[in-house]
Amino acid sequence: MNTTSIMIVGVGGQGTLLASRLLGSALISQGYDVKVSEVHGMSQRGGSVVTYVRYGDKVASPVIDKGEADYILSFELLEAARWIGYLKKGGLLITNTHQTPPMPVITGAAVYPENIVEKLAQKAKVVALDALPLAEQAGSAKAVNVVLMGVLSKQMHFDKTVWDKAIEETVPARFLELNQRAFELGRAL
Amino acid sequence: MKKLLLGNAAIARGLYEAGVRFVSSYPGTPSTEITEEAAEYDALYAEWAPNEKVAMESAIGASLAGARSFCAMKHVGMNVAADPLFTASYTGVNAGLVVTVADDPGMHSSQNEQDSRHYAIAAKLPMLEPSDSTECLEFTKIAYALSEEFDTPVLLRTCTRVAHSQSLVELSDRQELPLKEYERNPQKYVAAPANAIRRHAAVEERCRKLEQYAETTSLNRVELGETSLGFVTSGTAYQYVREVFPNASVFKLGLVNPLPTEALRRFAEQVDRLIVIEELDGVIERHMRANGIRVDGGKDLTGYLYELSQSKLRAIMGLEQPESVAFDEPVPGRPPVMCPGCPHRGLFTVLSKLKLTVLGDIGCYTLGSAAPLFAIDSVVCMGASIGMAHGFTKVRPEAAKRTVGVIGDSTFMHSGMTGLVNMVYNKSVSTVLVLDNAITGMTGHQQNPTTGLTLQQEPTYAIRIEDFCQSIGIRRVRVVDPQDMQAVEQALREELAAEEPSVIIVRRPCMLLKYVKPNPPLRVNAEKCVGCKSCMKIGCPAISFSNKKSSIDATICVGCGLCAQMCKFDAFEGKEA
Repeated sequence: MNTTSIMIVGVGGQGTLLASRLLGSALISQGYDVKVSEVHGMSQRGGSVVTYVRYGDKVASPVIDKGEADYILSFELLEAARWIGYLKKGGLLITNTHQTPPMPVITGAAVYPENIVEKLAQKAKVVALDALPLAEQAGSAKAVNVVLMGVLSKQMHFDKTVWDKAIEETVPARFLELNQRAFELGRAL
Repeated sequence: MKKLLLGNAAIARGLYEAGVRFVSSYPGTPSTEITEEAAEYDALYAEWAPNEKVAMESAIGASLAGARSFCAMKHVGMNVAADPLFTASYTGVNAGLVVTVADDPGMHSSQNEQDSRHYAIAAKLPMLEPSDSTECLEFTKIAYALSEEFDTPVLLRTCTRVAHSQSLVELSDRQELPLKEYERNPQKYVAAPANAIRRHAAVEERCRKLEQYAETTSLNRVELGETSLGFVTSGTAYQYVREVFPNASVFKLGLVNPLPTEALRRFAEQVDRLIVIEELDGVIERHMRANGIRVDGGKDLTGYLYELSQSKLRAIMGLEQPESVAFDEPVPGRPPVMCPGCPHRGLFTVLSKLKLTVLGDIGCYTLGSAAPLFAIDSVVCMGASIGMAHGFTKVRPEAAKRTVGVIGDSTFMHSGMTGLVNMVYNKSVSTVLVLDNAITGMTGHQQNPTTGLTLQQEPTYAIRIEDFCQSIGIRRVRVVDPQDMQAVEQALREELAAEEPSVIIVRRPCMLLKYVKPNPPLRVNAEKCVGCKSCMKIGCPAISFSNKKSSIDATICVGCGLCAQMCKFDAFEGKEA
C-alpha cells in the first residue's frame, strides 16, 4: 500500500510523544513499515511541537510536508490552524478545542483568532471536540492525549484488541486503567 | 525480532551488540538519548562526564586500556572535545573507539548550524553517516570493526531527523569481547614531538588505505535506476531523494569521509544529469568538483541553510507540490517559554526590572532572552557567560556595577569553573549568578556533578558550588531563592556594589522534577483585578489577559505565587500564606 501520513501537533508538554509511541506500537503490530519523527529539546518547553507518523509497505522520508498528511491530530486549537496547510486534499483534521494562548498573545503582541473550528471546517473535513472534560472524567487532565488517540483510532480499521495491546505496551502500569478509560471515552465519540 | 527504535536508541543497541564496555558523554540535543539508552544495558558502563572533552578523554583512556569505548555529543560539543580528538587520530586506538556527533540542521535546539563533516576532514578520521535506525545500529557495529582494522577513532555522524526518528530495527545478540591486552607503547601513545611526527606519517598512510577502502565498501552503494537523472546523497537527505524520485539512480554514501572519488566518477559517467543533495555545507560537491567530476547541481539548488525535505526537493527540481489549504488569518507564533513555576522566572523578572547587562549561557534560562522579559544581552556557547562578563567589565569598568554573568549548574560544571578561576586570578569585580535548579534541564533532566546522583541514579558525592567558589578565592558567595524576588533584588544590589568578584547561587529545583510537588492553582479575584498587567511582566504561560482582567489557566498553573508577588491589589487567591 502507499504510505499513510499522520501528524500529531500540539504544545510542548502535552504528551504528543506518548501518543506517537502508542500509534507506532499499533502500526508495527500490523506488519507495516513505520517511521516516527519527533521533536526533542527546546520546543518541548511550551513551544509548538509536531510529530510525524508514516506507515505503509516501505516508508522513505521520516517527515511530512505541506499537502501530504492524511490525518492531523491537534491537541490545541491554534496549532490546528498553524498546521492545516499540511493536510492532504480530502484529509481529516481531528482537533481539541482547548485553547492555550501562546506568549505573543499573552503579551498582547498578537491576537488568538476567533471561530477557528468554523473557519477550518470551510477548508477541510474537521472533527472538533473538547477532550479535557473527558480526560478529567477518565481520571486526569493529562490524559487528553490518549482521549484524542481514541478518536483517531476509529478512523483506522484495526481491531480494538490491537489498540488495547498498544496501550498496554506504551503506558506505565500504574496509569494503565486511567489511560484505558481515556481511550474508550475518545473512541466512543 | 523487529523493534521500532529511535535512531539514538539504535546506536545504543549497536554499542551493546558490538561488545562496547565504556560510554562517557555530556548531554546535548539531538545526541542525549544514546547515552541514556546505553545506560539501560547492564553489560556496559555508561556515565555523564562534566563536558565533552572529559568524555572524549575518558573514552580514549578506556580504549587504550583495551575496552571498546564510545562517546556521543552534539555538533557544538565536538568543538569542546576537538583537542583530544585530533591527537587521538595520531595515537590511534587499542580497542575500538567510536564517537557520535549529532548535527542539528534547522537548529531545532542549537546555537549554530555547523557541519561536523569538516572535523572528519581536518582530523583525518573516517566518518560514517546512517540514514535511518537500521543503519544506526549496523553502522555502529561496522565502525568498531573499522576502528580496530585501521587503528583509528571513527566518527559516526547523525542529524536531528536520524537521531530523533524511529524506524524498524532487527536486533541481534551481544558480541562478548574480552579486554584487549594493554601493552605499554610510548612511541605510539605519547604524543611528544619526536613520536608524533612519525605518527603523522602513519595517519597519512591510513588516509590512503581508507581512500582505497572507500572505493569498495558496502557502506556506499549505487542504486541504479533510470539513468537520465542521478543523485549523490547521504543520511536523511537520501530518504528525501527516495521519497520524491523512487526511480532515479542514486549513489548513496554511508562513508562520508574519505569519499570514493573513482566510484563517484564512474557513477557520474553513467547518468545524464548529476545532482548532489546534501544538508548544510557542500562537502561532497566540492570534493567532486575538485577532482574534476561533473556536477550539474548542488548547493546552487539546495542552499546552505536549514533542513532539507521532500517539498524543498520538489521545489528545486521544478516539480509540482501537492495541493494544500491555508488558514486565512495570521497565526500567532508559539515560541518556547519557561514552564509555569520555572525557578528561572523570578530571577529574570528582577534582572529585567533592574535593566542589567546580562551575559547569558546555554540552558533553559536562555529563554530569559525572549518576550516579555528580554533580559539577556548575549549567548554564545557553554560557559561563555563568565568569560564574557570578565572581558566586558575589564574594558568598561563602570559597567561592572550593572553587569552580570548568568550560568546554570550543569553549564557551570561543564566549562564555567575555569572562567571563574580567571576572574579571581585577573582581579575581576564582576558578579556571576549560578542558577542551580538541581538538574541539567533543557536536554531533559540529566544528572550532573552537583546533583548527588550518577547516570544510573546511584548516590554519589554532590559537589557544592559554594564550596568550590570559596576554595578558589571568591569571598562573596551567597545563596538566594529566586521565588523571593525581593531577596534576589537585594542580593544583586549588594553584590554589584562590591569591589571584588562575587557569586550569587540562585537555588531552587526545576519544577518538572518528580519530587517537586505543585501547589494548587491560583485564581484571579476579578473584583480586585484592576487590569494593570503587572502580572503579565513575568511571562507566565498560565496567565492571560482579556476583557481588561487577568485570568489563570488552572490546567497548567502550579501555584508558584510569583504573579501574586507582582500584584499590588491582592487579586491572586488560593495560595496558602
